[in-house]
Amino acid sequence: MGLVLTEEQTLLKETASQFFQEKLPVANLRKLRDEKNADGFERSTWKEMADLGFAGVLVPESYGGTEFGPVGLGIILEQAGRTIASTPLLSTVLLGTTAVQLGGSQTQRQDILPAIAAGETIMALAVEEGPHHNPTQIATTATADGDNFKLSGSKTFVIDGHIADTLIVVARTSGEVNDSNGLTLFLVNTSGTDGLEITRTIMADSRNAANVTLKDVSVPASAVLGGVDGGWDVLEPVLDAGRIGVSAELMGLIQEAFDQTLVYLKERTQFGEPIGSFQALQHRAAEMFAELEVCRSVVLDALSALEERRNDVPSLASLAKARLSEASKHITNECLQMHGGVGMTDEYDVGLFMKRARVAAATFGNAGFHRDRYAGLDGF
Amino acid sequence: MDALEQFRADTRAWLEENCPPSMRTPMPEDESPWGGKRAVWKNPESKQWLDAMASKGWTAPQWPSEYGGGGLSKEENKVLQQELRRIKARPALMSFGIWMLGPALLEFANEEQKKEHLPKIVRGEIRWCQGYSEPGAGSDLAGLQTKCEDKGDHYLVNGQKIWTSYADKADWIFALVRTDTNVKHDGISFLLIDMEQDGVEARPITMISGASPFCETFFTDATAPKGNLVGELNKGWTIAKRLLQHEREMISGMGMGSGGGGTGLADLAKDYVGQAGGKISDATVRDSVARQKMDSHAFGLTLQRTTEEAKAGQGTGAASSIFKYYGTELNKRRNELIIELMGTQGLGWEGDSFSEAELSAPRSWLRSKGNSIEGGTTEVQLNVISKRVLGLPS
Repeated sequence: MGLVLTEEQTLLKETASQFFQEKLPVANLRKLRDEKNADGFERSTWKEMADLGFAGVLVPESYGGTEFGPVGLGIILEQAGRTIASTPLLSTVLLGTTAVQLGGSQTQRQDILPAIAAGETIMALAVEEGPHHNPTQIATTATADGDNFKLSGSKTFVIDGHIADTLIVVARTSGEVNDSNGLTLFLVNTSGTDGLEITRTIMADSRNAANVTLKDVSVPASAVLGGVDGGWDVLEPVLDAGRIGVSAELMGLIQEAFDQTLVYLKERTQFGEPIGSFQALQHRAAEMFAELEVCRSVVLDALSALEERRNDVPSLASLAKARLSEASKHITNECLQMHGGVGMTDEYDVGLFMKRARVAAATFGNAGFHRDRYAGLDGF
Repeated sequence: MDALEQFRADTRAWLEENCPPSMRTPMPEDESPWGGKRAVWKNPESKQWLDAMASKGWTAPQWPSEYGGGGLSKEENKVLQQELRRIKARPALMSFGIWMLGPALLEFANEEQKKEHLPKIVRGEIRWCQGYSEPGAGSDLAGLQTKCEDKGDHYLVNGQKIWTSYADKADWIFALVRTDTNVKHDGISFLLIDMEQDGVEARPITMISGASPFCETFFTDATAPKGNLVGELNKGWTIAKRLLQHEREMISGMGMGSGGGGTGLADLAKDYVGQAGGKISDATVRDSVARQKMDSHAFGLTLQRTTEEAKAGQGTGAASSIFKYYGTELNKRRNELIIELMGTQGLGWEGDSFSEAELSAPRSWLRSKGNSIEGGTTEVQLNVISKRVLGLPS
């Protein structure tokens, strides 16, 4: 297991850190929010990220990628979390690449992977149908229609759905709602497709998600990603990768929120003393520090499990997502409280961290969902 | 075959020959091999096992062989521990001498002291106890008062220690004593005292668990030769701090993955709460068990990461405080959960209506409460983290 970064990974961390601090600081998210930017992210910066090799992290070199692997991507996502950077790293680089790698035919890989690496295509996973993560509760149907399939249904909280060139739509080709059998993944082009409607939703964290409705959307059989009725074999590992990726982003977010709070504790004075000298706050800060250390171990091990293709990936994905969802809630709450009144203002970043933490915690399963899953995987 | 693989093969063969069969079974509490002059060997094979391991220096595998240790490298010791685990061997010796005093002597003692004491620790001949806390000096350890006077050719010690673990069974005590009353930290010395003298008396204290692992220890004109002072006069605080670090690591490692008489939490819950379709039937209980197992998993990974970081020359440096705080709080939660899972069967004190495992549950639960008090309270660990690691102002 690798719980310590290699020299190459440390270098990548520095590059990524510098990039996000300079090009996509928190101020960038504020700007996109305030000017009501329709995309919710900067295409020119995304192109720069692709040039740095960030978009092709999981893409094999033979397809034009940089192949830094999941640990490398985790490092980038963590740094992105520190500035709450709005990028398609999760939707496209992690979920898109993983899905195509796992389920894609030779043609699909050839078509999509080099385009992802070059930053030329954006993908989005359309799975959720309700307000709580439930990847087997799929009512969207896909029915065979000659050589084609017809898709009908609606999806919610599709991350980067409104800017995606291609959607990966999870639909039911057989079975009952809640079955993991009978699901099929489809690649659906978002331009010029009849019956497809995508609407951006404005979320509390000012990041990107969309609602998608499909009314008799016709796709060719070549759009199937993986096997018909066997979509779960691709979807579950893709979701696990996503859970680990979101955890890595949350790691960066809580570390940054904590670091900023620590600075504030040392600067802000009340009753003639820096508030950081009060034991009531010191102990809570120390507890948060210990929690951050534990979170870091969990995220690193989950990333290495992914990289080494270990068979405990599902358990570790749930461990990481449960832990980071809960820790991010606790830590952002504490950080806001320690900031006092100014924490409630839009001007300070702590509120933005808190809002992003809640959306990320709900993404691909909250702490309760993942404790339940961990227990099931562990045989109780 | 490389040298390490050769070492593994040799070790395996040696253990096969020297580890008695009964030493490969779970160890009942009353067969714990503490050694010492007054050791009682309920199972003679535990003495045989100790002697065999001590002859190789493997009760302290990484100590230099010139002091009776095993002289093994870190890698060799890892192999040894793996091989011991493989055959489920019991510890050959449990010893504060090995866990706490020995490392301090190796770092701070003079050659004569090392030659005198370390080999006896390795062989389990002398059982040591620790004389740190006093009635008025617990977490504020530097407030200790036990007086140590220079009488020319020897030291004269007067005062009282408390919470001295197994002092009533120990042969010697390593104690912090006050050699200068005018200053706080800089007036403390580290002294080794033979307990086999009239001036030392140890009285057991009965704890809430019903057991008496701790004593009050009284010094009334007790004496120690000048050569028993370790390190410099009035510089004992440095040694004390280092020793506490070893102690914290020891305590935070206790109880991890144990409890419930070797039964896992989930199985315990299924037995006492019930199951439905392979799941614990009560959703709240199931969530609590999952939470505990996940916390434990996460903490285990953190211990592992710190070890890897230390090897790579990285790390936060605050590890021992974090582990002491987190590990002991985790262990307390685990014990709370166990008695909750067992219901009233986990709250029995004596009698035939309770199994042995059931009777041990409330005792372990009560014992665990001390984890966040001994070796520096949780609050003290949080102070250390907030001041030394986070740099928060005083």
